[in-house]
Amino acid sequence: MTLGRSRQRFPYWFLVPALVVYGVVVIYPTIAGGVYAFTDWTGSRDGANVTGLANFGAILEDPDAMAALRNTVVLAVAVTIVQTVLGLGLAITLHTRLATRNVLRTLFFLPAVLPPVIIGFLWQYLLTPSGPVNEVLGNLGLGGLAQNWLGDSSVALWSVVGVIVWQNVGLTMIIYLAGLEGIPVELNEAAAIDGAGWWRRLRGVTLPLLMPATTIVVSLTLISSLKVFDQVFVMTGGGPGYATETLSLTMYKEAFVSGQFGYSAAVALVLTMLVAAFALVQLGATRRFEVRT
Amino acid sequence: MRASKPRLLRLGAGELVMVLVALAFAFPAYVFLNVSLKDPQEASASPLALPSSVSLDNYVEAWRRAELGGAMMSSVVVAVISVALLVLLGSFAAYVLARRATRLSFGLFVLFLLGLMIPTQLGMVPLYQLMHDAGMLRTWTSLIIAQVGQQLPLTVFLYAGLTRALPREYEEAAYVDGAGPLTAFRRVVFPMLRPITGTVIVLSGINIWNEFLLPLLYTGGSAQQTLPAAVYSFRGEYTTEWGLLFAGMMISILPVLVGYFLLQKRMMRGFASGLKG
Repeated sequence: MTLGRSRQRFPYWFLVPALVVYGVVVIYPTIAGGVYAFTDWTGSRDGANVTGLANFGAILEDPDAMAALRNTVVLAVAVTIVQTVLGLGLAITLHTRLATRNVLRTLFFLPAVLPPVIIGFLWQYLLTPSGPVNEVLGNLGLGGLAQNWLGDSSVALWSVVGVIVWQNVGLTMIIYLAGLEGIPVELNEAAAIDGAGWWRRLRGVTLPLLMPATTIVVSLTLISSLKVFDQVFVMTGGGPGYATETLSLTMYKEAFVSGQFGYSAAVALVLTMLVAAFALVQLGATRRFEVRT
Repeated sequence: MRASKPRLLRLGAGELVMVLVALAFAFPAYVFLNVSLKDPQEASASPLALPSSVSLDNYVEAWRRAELGGAMMSSVVVAVISVALLVLLGSFAAYVLARRATRLSFGLFVLFLLGLMIPTQLGMVPLYQLMHDAGMLRTWTSLIIAQVGQQLPLTVFLYAGLTRALPREYEEAAYVDGAGPLTAFRRVVFPMLRPITGTVIVLSGINIWNEFLLPLLYTGGSAQQTLPAAVYSFRGEYTTEWGLLFAGMMISILPVLVGYFLLQKRMMRGFASGLKG
């Protein structure tokens, strides 16, 4: 009876248009990509030969692909740590009675709504050797800190990290601000009456209660920075050499420049596994932490 | 409780520090605007100094040379149609997924959520080939379909969340009055989803407007290309004329900037409650 009624009232045909589009754009291509990863397909009409794990063996033996793998992990972990810490700092500072708090929130969040390509071009200009960033450092008497930010292979990846954090730190900030607004003021007041100082209240009350927000922030940042493409593509194109090459860039070049579709799909599959692995590890870590507290 | 003197002092010091941090943070925006208003000689000589005379020449030139009018048109058409389709498809799908307590509907919901995580890179080549075989490359249609598919997981996730929280009594009442599922959804449920519809419009609208690789692959170089792709090819042609490029970039983000300053509170709430695609 209930089942029949539910079939009438929430008919599955409501789902059909969304499923068709999702199937065509995401499900089918993803599965097809997963299959191509085990072939030597180069786009020819004759099709492809199944080559088993050969593409993955080739990735392991390709120093450039391995550099991309390493860079992807380093970049994602660095962005996640720096952006989480800075975003939390901004949120805590702006969750106060500062007169300028609303203006500052608007400012810090602004880059997050702009196209990553535009941000990439802007910073490419800012970071040129004779560009504005080095000029300001010189004017401040810090000329010794000036770098060839995007051209020096030992600095370039960190410059990219900096740009991505600059663009998205506002997103982290507003997620934490929403979390902070959910913490009852009484809790902090009670802790203060018990003699807890600022630092102790932060560690004992605020941070544990922000755990759900931290979970969202960390998983969101990790997943999106593992997949990052636009900023790297326009700022460095993976260079100098392979210093800032990431898996999504390798995948793009192998597919749309070299036409190595099978190999490119294998690279994309490695990226997918990486995302899944990070997501699982993070889920496990959060679970354990939430059980403990 | 009145703030004590040391507290006020601390607040003042905090204010000062934050303003300095904000100035450093806003420095790129200053350079961006500044260089876009200068002629080439002045821009390369002193990117930091204020322009000796404010001129919109770069904007006029960029608009003409990068054919930004057409790209703006493409961006608007693609964004508006895609967002409208997302609202329609997403709310209908989420309604069934949220209201039905069957294994199938749960499985389908999970299938949609997986889309939030799986890198689009894995399906990029097969999808490109599909569009190619269908003869749809260099059309708005291909881009709209791809954008809608990519943004559906976020949309379904947002709609399903609110739909679950809605009381069922209103729908029951509609059914008692003899309404069918379509009428009940359109007249009763959808209006109650309005807050999340706002969030969906803001989030997916921005994601679609800012998307770069899809438009580059599907419409790059054609008359149908959207703004980020147009700016990208403009950058390739005028490698050293930063003033021109920055003016073009500024034009391409103007609609987002205006929307942001008008709706900033709403937008921040939307992003805090949703996820970014």
